[in-house]
Amino acid sequence: MLKNRIIPCLDVKNGRVVKGINFVDLQDAGDPVEQAKIYSDGGADEICFLDITASNENRNTIYDVVERTSRKCFVPLTVGGGVRSIEDINKLLNCGADKVSINTAAVQNSKVVEESSKKFGSQCIVVAIDAKQKDDKWEIFTHGGRNNTGIDAIEYAKKMEDSGAGELLVTSMDRDGTQVGYDIKLMSKISSMVNIPVIASGGVGNLDHLVDGIKLGNASAVLAASIFHYGKHSVKEAKEYLDSKGIPVRI
Amino acid sequence: MNVTIVDYNSGNISSVINSFKEVAKDKVNLDVTSDLNKIKSSDKVVLPGQGSFKSCVDALNNISGLVDTLNEFAIKNKKPLLGICVGLQMFADIGYEETETKGLGWISGKVSKINNQNGKYKLPHIGWNQINIVKESKIFKGIENNSHMYFVHSYEFIPEDKNAISAITDYSSNIVCSVEKENIFGTQFHPEKSDKTGLKIIDNFINL
Repeated sequence: MLKNRIIPCLDVKNGRVVKGINFVDLQDAGDPVEQAKIYSDGGADEICFLDITASNENRNTIYDVVERTSRKCFVPLTVGGGVRSIEDINKLLNCGADKVSINTAAVQNSKVVEESSKKFGSQCIVVAIDAKQKDDKWEIFTHGGRNNTGIDAIEYAKKMEDSGAGELLVTSMDRDGTQVGYDIKLMSKISSMVNIPVIASGGVGNLDHLVDGIKLGNASAVLAASIFHYGKHSVKEAKEYLDSKGIPVRI
Repeated sequence: MNVTIVDYNSGNISSVINSFKEVAKDKVNLDVTSDLNKIKSSDKVVLPGQGSFKSCVDALNNISGLVDTLNEFAIKNKKPLLGICVGLQMFADIGYEETETKGLGWISGKVSKINNQNGKYKLPHIGWNQINIVKESKIFKGIENNSHMYFVHSYEFIPEDKNAISAITDYSSNIVCSVEKENIFGTQFHPEKSDKTGLKIIDNFINL
């Protein structure tokens, strides 16, 4: 039986973790590689890096991070943030990323998704959708949630599936950082519209939110950042909790 | 010992390279190449594959003499070869992804799309699933039945010779996820991404 996945996400800026696990036994708490290794040893089903490096001159730091991580972690590694072109995707994959998530570039030009999924295979193309509720609809935001495009999120999700995306990483901008739980309506709506797996993101504050994302949001995988940071919950705890609620997980 | 990972522009193989490097350490000389002489003189060959069946077969055929060299290695000389994902699928006679495409024909059978029962099952089949070991296979030495492996695929290999099947996994139906026929081994899942159990399979192959 296929298991639901738990994916811890690390924000990386200039090659360093922004919010981290903060374990005392870490030699270098800011090193994404060390934190990724702790996650994968703890049973994370995948690891996700979100590169939030703002300046162009420091962009290359993520390649070094990915390269070092992929030599130590033998679970799938997804990298997103600032991915603009086929060349960017190619570089990340060559460094050892298994999947690349594309956000703004996919909204601006869906050909990036079409061409990259053809060239590298759908299995490594994740389209990240940042959506915000407006009345009874959701609209797509780009540039890290700063720009409203007015595009309908549900229709866009379908379009990305048709363009060759292998998975959708759906983040509710209303919930992101709030710790009040995923936007379940958004997740379940998109999940029922597409035939590719949906990864729920944005808003996790406790372990029940992970359960809801899967049971009510019909997500195939749940992504979370802050609940795994600062040792609030370990990935192992999260999995045992999901298991106790009857959700199939890899333990 | 020399192990060669065949680099035939089949997409992203860096994870395969990293996992073999991790397992091989200094015991094994690891090459990543499409050089025919290197492959010929190798003790073992790994055939990865990502993307579509057609794109991988095309990429193999694009390198002059590569298919002949692989045939000589695996069929004539019967040296150990491990196919991963589409690398395994290419063992088939024929694949139906994109368009009908001839495979290597090493294990008779076809590769067709997983029946998702009208959308009941999401495709690709992505994530960790358990393998049901149906026959003893040398690469499963020390691997417990029902171990979790990482899968990413939408197409499945359906061999005619059921004796070649070494493990199956349950996703909409029983999907063949590992084969062993004499010196030819294949996994539909990704041992290079399946954490410690996956690395154990790679170790088993290297130590054959």
